[in-house]
Amino acid sequence: MKPARVAATVVVVIIGLLCVAESLLPRFDYTAQDRLECSSRPTGKHWLGTDALGRDRFARLLHGTRVSLSMAPAAAAVSLCLAFLFGAVPGYVGGLSERAAKAMIDLMLAMPWLFLLLIARAALPLNTSPQMSVAVTFLMLGLLGWGVPARVLLAQSRRLRESEFLLLACATGVSRSRLLVRQVLPNLLPVMWTQFWIAIPMFVLAEANLSMLGLGVAEPIPSLGSLLKEIESAMATQSYACSFSALLVLVVFVGSVQIAFMRKEVG
Amino acid sequence: MSRRVTCARILLLVLVATFGFGDELDFYLRSEPKTFNPILVADDSSETIRYLTGGVLIRINRQTQQIEPDLATSWKVSRDGKSITFTLRPGVKFSDGTAFTAEDVKYTMDRLMDPSTHSPTGDAFRSGQGTVRTIVLSRERLSVVFPAAVAGMERLFDQVPIMSATSPQREFAVLGPFFVAEHQSGAYVLLRRNPYFWKRDESGRQLPYLDAIRLEVQPNRDIEMLKFSRNEIQLITSMDADYFDRLSKAAPGKAVDAGPSLDSEQLWFNQVPGSPIEPYRLEWFQSHKFRRAISSAINRGDLCRVVYGGHAIPARGPISPANKYWFNTRLPVPQQNTAQALQLLREDGFQLKAGRLSDRHGHPVEFSIVTNAGNRMRERMATMIQADLKGIGISVNVVTLDFPSLIQRITETFNYEAALLGMTNMELDPNTQMNIWLSSSDEHQWNPRQKSPATPWEAEIDRLMRLQASTLNDARRKQMFDRVQEIVVEQAPFIYLVNKDTLVGVAPTLVGVTPVAARPQTYWNIERLSISRGRAKNGK
Repeated sequence: MKPARVAATVVVVIIGLLCVAESLLPRFDYTAQDRLECSSRPTGKHWLGTDALGRDRFARLLHGTRVSLSMAPAAAAVSLCLAFLFGAVPGYVGGLSERAAKAMIDLMLAMPWLFLLLIARAALPLNTSPQMSVAVTFLMLGLLGWGVPARVLLAQSRRLRESEFLLLACATGVSRSRLLVRQVLPNLLPVMWTQFWIAIPMFVLAEANLSMLGLGVAEPIPSLGSLLKEIESAMATQSYACSFSALLVLVVFVGSVQIAFMRKEVG
Repeated sequence: MSRRVTCARILLLVLVATFGFGDELDFYLRSEPKTFNPILVADDSSETIRYLTGGVLIRINRQTQQIEPDLATSWKVSRDGKSITFTLRPGVKFSDGTAFTAEDVKYTMDRLMDPSTHSPTGDAFRSGQGTVRTIVLSRERLSVVFPAAVAGMERLFDQVPIMSATSPQREFAVLGPFFVAEHQSGAYVLLRRNPYFWKRDESGRQLPYLDAIRLEVQPNRDIEMLKFSRNEIQLITSMDADYFDRLSKAAPGKAVDAGPSLDSEQLWFNQVPGSPIEPYRLEWFQSHKFRRAISSAINRGDLCRVVYGGHAIPARGPISPANKYWFNTRLPVPQQNTAQALQLLREDGFQLKAGRLSDRHGHPVEFSIVTNAGNRMRERMATMIQADLKGIGISVNVVTLDFPSLIQRITETFNYEAALLGMTNMELDPNTQMNIWLSSSDEHQWNPRQKSPATPWEAEIDRLMRLQASTLNDARRKQMFDRVQEIVVEQAPFIYLVNKDTLVGVAPTLVGVTPVAARPQTYWNIERLSISRGRAKNGK
């Protein structure tokens, strides 16, 4: 295993642990507004300073990362389930279902997903709570983001269907459903893992896009996307401590991709 | 022959370079103009186009606050205050060359006062029951007769650009310094100088000095600031406080704080019967105790200090203290008082249990505040109000929407609960706010287009506003409008938050700008603004 892969895994695990630890540290309240210390520089009290409303930037970064890193994998799981259903299964079955699945995947990939997300997000009731907005935002990402993994899984399962070991198993009288569970699925798992890890940073970035447009996770809950939005005002306030969110997104992105490659290599 | 032509061209180029012909002023509109029809203007961007293109009979000088002749060379108000007779400027032409006559004024007034037009500007002229008649006396003289006396009548005409009755270009034929030459929806509006504009400077040179104005639609203020710092635009007509602070440090000459403005930022609740919100929520919003409780729970001092960096003052009512004559000094200075807020809510049947407020039927008190996406100040104010109201057990969801969707919700579908927006005041006289206060008006935001006033206090405001509009004695009018302000504070249909300072950015290359508190703060003398080409080169 390459050292870069190991380092990436360690970094992502540390970030994950920090986010879990956030809930155990009551001093970090991401909503508390210290209105006498707005846009302050990093101090002993506020390690990364405060934002324009006096909220502790470190607390918001931790919680925002926690929100993004817990919801993005959930969205990736949803998207992978759909990809399995609309990619792997038709690829294994073949025939008309495969052709229909291909057409559906092409249609999905051709659609302007960002606009779809915008329309769907804007159609939400105004009284959607911030917690619900987090769930809905990532759920929509999951529901709309299965096109690419479905295409990969379809190709892989078709390759498996035509493989000699599966033909041999068929010839010995193993049922198709048993073949799917015992032979196809285990062979697809490494690809699915890779797709899962690739989807995580994609969904974090997609949520960031929505947040930049004011349609992501609602206030006061932070997410990596909404924290990235702060960089917009960095030019005005010249407070570059908020750039940590961008750095964190980059680290998560690179880390996840490295882990995805690692899984591929192991697989 | 060709050598002569070449020489003439070179001479023309030299003249252009020397005297600045071909100069274009660039600045941004925050949203797409909703209309180019001057009598239908209700939004800020359309108002900008109207000011830059419209020719009016009487113009208010934004600096002196005095009225000045424009398309009318003289006028006379009758003793009973019911009519005004204008003598028009001869030889004036619209931007397409059509002659300007009294018939055009009659056409404009008829359109303005037609109830089916729903003109927000026309509401200011409705002093009493009956119709407004325009009588053409000759090609250059006419009288406008009102059913009742109209106070401050001359000032109202500052908002009425005259439209052509005969031009095939309809509302695009204008009498102002510029006309709309190009418009790409969502992108830009290009105004070019009106070749027939009647005004000349002291040396006899035809105004305006500028050749064109490019108004790009740009809701993102960060981009606006960036372009301004790169000298790609020359004006920022209003600036956020954090940008202002930064600009005043980096380039003090570019940042101008012209003191408190006439504008206010306010929150209001949807009180429209039949709007698509739950009936029990509508019941909260229609309760004046609920609205006053919300008002008491908000810390306006913090809004001014945190959001505006001290470049704002807590709003006491509908009129800014910058409007020295009409401001009611007896209105209390609003202070955050959560105990009072909870007391008012208790009186209305609300209960605070385990940090959550619920109404008499047990519904938890929760509502959404919509504001326009991209306006950082409003987003921050909404988030601070969210935190303030959490202190009295109210859960608030902050929703940012793009401006057209927001306007559609608050003016057409009424699918919203509370809105946080600003009110821009073009004029000092309360008559120009008739469109806000009359319950029948489209701009009566919390419950517009009422057939008859829904509440006794709205009926009282209607009565006082109509009465003051037909009273010629200014002191009496002041008494009446003071009472209107008191009712508004008592009933809190609008919860006024702050009066922000007039913060503008002016590039050193732009000559002739004198920022003032009244809108339009920077380009009120647009015909006399020019670009200094030498300084422009240095600037770039």
